[in-house]
Amino acid sequence: MGRPFIHRSSMPGLGLSMGITLTMLSLIVLLPIGALLLKGANYGLAGMWETVNRERVWTALFLSFRLSLFAAVFNLVFGVLLAWVLVRYQFWGRRILDAAVDLPFALPTAVAGISLTALYAPRGFFGQMAAEIGWKIAYTQWGIFIALVFVGLPFVTRTVQPVIEEIEREVEEASATLGASRLYTLRHVIWPMLTPAALTGFALALARAVGEYGSVIFIAGNIPLVTEIAPLLIIIQLEEFNYDAAAAIGIAMLLISFAMLLVINLIQVWSRRRIGYV
Amino acid sequence: MSNTSFTGSPTRFRSATEESAAARLVMIVFAFVGLTILVFAPLVAVFVVALADGVVASLKSLATRDARDAIRLTLTIAAISVPLNAIFGVAAAWFITKFDFRGKAFLITLIDLPFSVSLVVAGLCIVLMFGTNSFVGGWLVANGYPIVFALPGIILATMFVTFPFVARELIPVMIEQGRAEEEAALTLGASGWRVFFTVTLPNIRWALLYGVLLCNARAMGEFGAVAVVSGKIRGQTATMPTTIEMLYQEYLSVAAFSLAAVLAMLALVTLLLKTALEIRHADQLATTRRA
Repeated sequence: MGRPFIHRSSMPGLGLSMGITLTMLSLIVLLPIGALLLKGANYGLAGMWETVNRERVWTALFLSFRLSLFAAVFNLVFGVLLAWVLVRYQFWGRRILDAAVDLPFALPTAVAGISLTALYAPRGFFGQMAAEIGWKIAYTQWGIFIALVFVGLPFVTRTVQPVIEEIEREVEEASATLGASRLYTLRHVIWPMLTPAALTGFALALARAVGEYGSVIFIAGNIPLVTEIAPLLIIIQLEEFNYDAAAAIGIAMLLISFAMLLVINLIQVWSRRRIGYV
Repeated sequence: MSNTSFTGSPTRFRSATEESAAARLVMIVFAFVGLTILVFAPLVAVFVVALADGVVASLKSLATRDARDAIRLTLTIAAISVPLNAIFGVAAAWFITKFDFRGKAFLITLIDLPFSVSLVVAGLCIVLMFGTNSFVGGWLVANGYPIVFALPGIILATMFVTFPFVARELIPVMIEQGRAEEEAALTLGASGWRVFFTVTLPNIRWALLYGVLLCNARAMGEFGAVAVVSGKIRGQTATMPTTIEMLYQEYLSVAAFSLAAVLAMLALVTLLLKTALEIRHADQLATTRRA
């Protein structure tokens, strides 16, 4: 091995910065995650499988995953549209809309949760309107969907926006000169350029939604087998001091989110290769 | 763009790189309606419900013991965890951008890890690590230092959740600025700390402020991980978000929403400062805006 582990550098502070970084990373992030995995290892694969392989757990995991997927797809479409509007068009209120996109990041999830519930409950502002056409939103899966759309809203817009800003107009002009309609240009020239960023945002929104707790529990109603999300199951197990079961479900969720990120990364690599830039 | 027409008809030609006016209008309306329903409505609802019984009732609920304890605890948590994470962020960014070593990409992935872990799972990890049943936790409790269901656990959970914020904001900025300025200062005989305080810090101050701002907003509003770790003991480990939950479950909606309104105002101030930073110091922030 000709390559040293750390190259010599004239910069000061190697020991200090490396020490702080690695110590805090280990203490705050790596050791706790290790404790979870260790707990799972002690419990054993058979035990974990027995805990996870129950109707209530499968239903909750499937529910969390399915609704997160729907919410992320909605956010993909709306997020790309929003990014396009915010970058390309000049109109009154653009700055306010741009700032508002970040609100779901800034607003605490518990606040979002009770506020969405107040709006969509049968006697709330939107809930009443929906009730008139016989549509129940809060305390059903629709409520969970809306909460997940809310928390995932900024991801796609914020990843796609910088890419749209960097698109050179010449590309679109060339396409138009060659006789392409505007729609054709958007579909075959612009969209491929946005795909990697859009998928990244989609993946982030999905990962966030699967693990989301604060904004969902208030509006969900938490009926077992109907509107009970996976993170809530962990809390229930913890409240019963059933640490083994909590760890088993926690590891299952960890594996699902890593698998999702892996799949999306592969899609990204593929789409980058296809359109030919890194 | 151009209004000239060769045939004399009043057709306004549209640029080949723009959508038709109708399409633009439809998309802008979509954006407004979508954000109004999804974002503005919940924000307004917080204040409407909080003030349902008038300003006085709302303020009175904030003066209760539970609310005051919660506010004090949340401020304490932020005051401890945000500076610690800022120190980590600066150290990590310095280590990653000023030195070349193997496994750098892997280290960045590890720092980003808390973003892809569910908040509840994060809390669970801390409970398993420091709970009374664990090796470390049992020893600490036996010696009178409980972590879980106490302040240290809440701080650890908060730090876990907000861990990547400052580092992620600083790393791209410091990569872009390179090492030339620091190297020049070193050549001229400045000490390491002097280089950091007089050369690096002025270059990254706005990005640092930006990261601290986001970190602080998340630290004060954190719910999922803290709900697991804190035990929600009134007056001791109930933070503002967990107190909001307890008040809400007790159908004290004015009290719950008044406390929520305080946090919502904090979120608005954060966004305002963030937007101001983006307008005035855009060149000194990370070019890619992220979570």
